[in-house]
Amino acid sequence: MTVTATPAGQPATGEPPTDDGSARGGATVEFRHVTKRYDPGQKGPGAVNDLSLTVPAGKICVLVGPSGCGKTTSLKMVNRLIEPTSGEILIDGRNILKEDPVELRRRIGYVIQQIGLFPHQTIGQNVAVVPALLGWDASRRRKRVDELLATVGLEPDRYRDRYPSQLSGGERQRVGVARALAADPPVMLMDEPFGAVDPIVRDRLQNEFLRLQGDLAKTILFVTHDIDEAIKIGDLVAVMRVGGVLAQFGTPEEILASPASDFVARFVGADRGLKRLALFRVRDLELTPAVTARVGDPASEARQRAAADPMPYLLLVDADRRPIGWIAETRIPRDGTLDESLASAMSPLLDRNTTLKDALSMMLDAAVQAGIVVDRAGRVEGIVTVDAITAWARENPGEADSIEAPPA
Amino acid sequence: MTGDRPLIDWAWIADHLDDIVLRTVQHLWLATVAVVAGFIIAMALALLVRRSRVTYGPITAVAGILYTIPALALFAVLVPITGLSLLTAEIPLTIYTLLILIRSNVAGLDSVPADVLEAAQGMGLSGSQQLRRVELPLAVPLIVAGIRLAAVSTIGLVMILSLIGDEFGGLGLFIKEGIQTFFATKIYVGAVLSVTLAFAVDFLFVRLQRSLTPWIDARRVGA
Ligand SMILES: Nc1ncnc2c1ncn2[C@@H]1O[C@H](COP(=O)(O)OP(=O)(O)O)[C@@H](O)[C@H]1O
Ligand SMILES: [Mg+2]
Repeated sequence: MTVTATPAGQPATGEPPTDDGSARGGATVEFRHVTKRYDPGQKGPGAVNDLSLTVPAGKICVLVGPSGCGKTTSLKMVNRLIEPTSGEILIDGRNILKEDPVELRRRIGYVIQQIGLFPHQTIGQNVAVVPALLGWDASRRRKRVDELLATVGLEPDRYRDRYPSQLSGGERQRVGVARALAADPPVMLMDEPFGAVDPIVRDRLQNEFLRLQGDLAKTILFVTHDIDEAIKIGDLVAVMRVGGVLAQFGTPEEILASPASDFVARFVGADRGLKRLALFRVRDLELTPAVTARVGDPASEARQRAAADPMPYLLLVDADRRPIGWIAETRIPRDGTLDESLASAMSPLLDRNTTLKDALSMMLDAAVQAGIVVDRAGRVEGIVTVDAITAWARENPGEADSIEAPPA
Repeated sequence: MTGDRPLIDWAWIADHLDDIVLRTVQHLWLATVAVVAGFIIAMALALLVRRSRVTYGPITAVAGILYTIPALALFAVLVPITGLSLLTAEIPLTIYTLLILIRSNVAGLDSVPADVLEAAQGMGLSGSQQLRRVELPLAVPLIVAGIRLAAVSTIGLVMILSLIGDEFGGLGLFIKEGIQTFFATKIYVGAVLSVTLAFAVDFLFVRLQRSLTPWIDARRVGA
């Protein structure tokens, strides 16, 4: 039985669209008709069923689907923690089933939800596990550890000599990622890596992970059961259904715009239009300039400027243009100077990389329904309003909005 | 306590310090040989269990049966074969450590979290690297707890070795002689020193375990 759902126009091998062939640090990973049955005698569908897909070098492919659909099994066949029953898996064209599993694993980063840090080793030793296996000398290992800890946002001097039990869940997860990156593997396997941390930390880890991947361009197979995470993280998304069947393979846009089956449409959810906002970022919008005034500016002049603008608020900033808060137009004094006590409300701070979906949800919770976009130094660049996002969505209808029924 | 009491003859003790030290050292030596031998056998069996779980039941069953054989019966069986030798003394002592040590070693290896093992394997540690670098270090607390228990109980058992000859009596010999000659001081010396020895060894192993597992204290101190 061969069931390979593909996006419209794609060949049946599951070859996804690629914009560029080459990548900085990745390798192509290809599944060819891979099947796994845990019980060889069993007749029915296995845990993974005739899976064929290709992840181009340097891309993140997210395997997503309900629990038990074979995501973990698919992933573990790549580093041969599980052996396929049939089919082959190729990394840069080489059949990994012909390689020594121990050697193979040292070239593949592996991150799991429970992290699995070695409790008896310090963070530094944990990060250096694979380099030590590869025989790097102590000074090279040490240098790499410090470099990686800094990369994942953990100050090396503070963390290097601690034990895992002394870290928070989010910190441990960063160490897990650093450890997987240690020997600079071209391929990374990540099994629900952010599944065990709370939503706020998860969101931050996801953002940092994407930023990191922007620099590293690894080929990453990423497992999650959370469609929102899949859409946010993936360059490509493979939706799987129970029985280990690939239901659809394509870019997040394609999956949201044209689900290949009722199953995918249901899995993606009725709020596809809203989810699509997660694919775009504040930088895709034209920012509205904010009417700002500094602490100490004359009130009368600020009042005039505020009156000339449709927004009934004035944004008070400090000497470095960092936002302090909103002053309602009606509360600006007629004379004197502006001071911090006048600011009565604040809005969420966004940056250019915040997704429109996040921006929208943050704004809906805020007193003044606008987001203040700041640069890396925290200085005001402009503002985004709820109206601006809805207007943008109207002007940029995805296929999701124009195509009613998924194509057969 | 004063030296006037006839129950404890301090002058005798002062005169026989050499002997006391010698027998204490001998006692410790006899116990050490048994625990070391027992540990080696138990670890080999625990590694067998790690490879093939089905062996665990039969192995503990046999160790359990051996554990229930009275020491005197074992001596009776062994003396015709091995004579009044060190071997006759050590075999029962070793046998009695097995049940405790097999269980604690297996429990130690079992205590290694599954996610840690999966990560170790997934990163490319070979089977023996996983054992040496991950499983054994993490098993240390339970392994050492087993050795503590075995050591303390063996120190107690060495007391009865004086039954098979003066050569292997350790501190038990003081008690045997004390009873034979109605000399209470010897009995007290033997009893007090063996108990002290057991406590000292126990304490030593607690310290050893702490120094081998700094990460556990780290957790208690917190960050
Ligand atoms: N070691 C195993 N032995 C037998 N069946 C297994 C094993 N691991 C997973 N399975 C079964 O294979 C199917 C897929 O499991 P898995 O790959 O873990 O799914 P997912 O990661 O998508 O939740 C499930 O039905 C699961 O019960
Ligand atoms: Mg899973």
